[in-house]
Amino acid sequence: MLGFMRGQPLLSTVIHREKMAAAPVMMPYFGQQISSKSDLVPDWTRQEVSTGTTIMAVEYDGGVVIGADSRTTTGAYIANRVTDKLTRIHNKIYCCRSGSAADTQAIAEIVAYQLGFHSIELDEPPLVETAANLFRASCYRYREELTAGILVAGWDKRKGGQVYSVPIGGMLVRQPVSVGGSGSTYIYGFMDANYKPGMNKEQCMELTAAALSLAMERDGSSGGVVRLASISEEGVERRVILGNQLPKFSTH
Amino acid sequence: MEKHCTESRVKGVSTGTTILAAVFDGGVVIGFYLRSTINKVIQVHDRIFCCIAGSLADAQAITKAAKFHLSFHSVQMESPPRVMAAASVLKDLCYKNREELQAGFITAGWDKKNGPQVYVVALGGMLINQLVTIAGSGSTYIYGYIDAKYKPNMTKEECLQFATNALALAMGRDNVSGGVAHLVVVTEKGVEHVVVPGDKLPKFHDE
Repeated sequence: MLGFMRGQPLLSTVIHREKMAAAPVMMPYFGQQISSKSDLVPDWTRQEVSTGTTIMAVEYDGGVVIGADSRTTTGAYIANRVTDKLTRIHNKIYCCRSGSAADTQAIAEIVAYQLGFHSIELDEPPLVETAANLFRASCYRYREELTAGILVAGWDKRKGGQVYSVPIGGMLVRQPVSVGGSGSTYIYGFMDANYKPGMNKEQCMELTAAALSLAMERDGSSGGVVRLASISEEGVERRVILGNQLPKFSTH
Repeated sequence: MEKHCTESRVKGVSTGTTILAAVFDGGVVIGFYLRSTINKVIQVHDRIFCCIAGSLADAQAITKAAKFHLSFHSVQMESPPRVMAAASVLKDLCYKNREELQAGFITAGWDKKNGPQVYVVALGGMLINQLVTIAGSGSTYIYGYIDAKYKPNMTKEECLQFATNALALAMGRDNVSGGVAHLVVVTEKGVEHVVVPGDKLPKFHDE
């Protein structure tokens, strides 16, 4: 019913295509004669592109706030310092991506296709839980090949704002607040101390911006700007907090 | 990326430890929580404590040698050793044998010349002076919290509350249940040991 049977061959072709596309892009243009083991090419040309990252999503009464840093790395090189890791899956459903850039982009594209198709069949906006389950289905089925940690968040009229976490391995769990990515370990304590149920949208935005800044300070794979978005019945509002505008904490 | 993060933590092996040392106005607070009964916080002199991170075997060997050096130094100087002296002794041992060793230390204490100090001797033998520092498997979870919450020149009560909260948060995430948190306060007046049982620790939002 969700076009999932059709989705299966689509998924494997897309994944193979992305992985194969990744290889020539990684090699330097002049490097056809140069072996990848050579010292002449930098280390990062041989590394997979990763969104080593910090992502966060918080539910509030009436919607969700999602946030991410903006650094994509290939080894020690920052391939993109203004990445947008908040990916639209549907009008009011977004996902935050962490892990392999290729894997997460591929999965997000596929789920967006499946969800769009399902929404047309249903003739109404899809549920966030449906989107989360589609992510989980792909992430679990191909768990051996994929490295993807995803937060699915959005608003639907049945349950309001919801955050679902689909970490590496393909588990699915709904949480009022969730963090992910390599930088997330550093802010569990901060999040536990500062999140309270019943916060409003602005408080959630501040909490997310503060938590992401702290993680970006400590995690080498996270950095750049903080991208925030809030999703509610009214729609999606996006914000960017630039480096010099990030909340500062006492430097000691 | 999450893979890198789990690799580095697996190398360290969760020993269910979190150690924290923080300077406040007039002294230092050393907080620690140990799942095991192995003693990782050692009093090397009257007002100097040394916390072990990393390989326990290496660290114990180093500490034994350091204690000897330090007491000898103290006799020669005819005065209590400085915190910096204790840290330097550890640093020398770690640096000279950096190829073989895998141990780090947090040295914290009070001395007459410089007051309360916290020094970190990292894995390769680097020595740095910091106002607040954390170590152990549970420490990764509270980097954000201490960055946000620590302020220089806190009062003793504020610092104790800060240390208790930080330890409680770390324990909550480091998969350790029950047990007891210890706080050691070192000031000019002396050493005070506060024990906080698990059920008296602050509770935070539990998902």
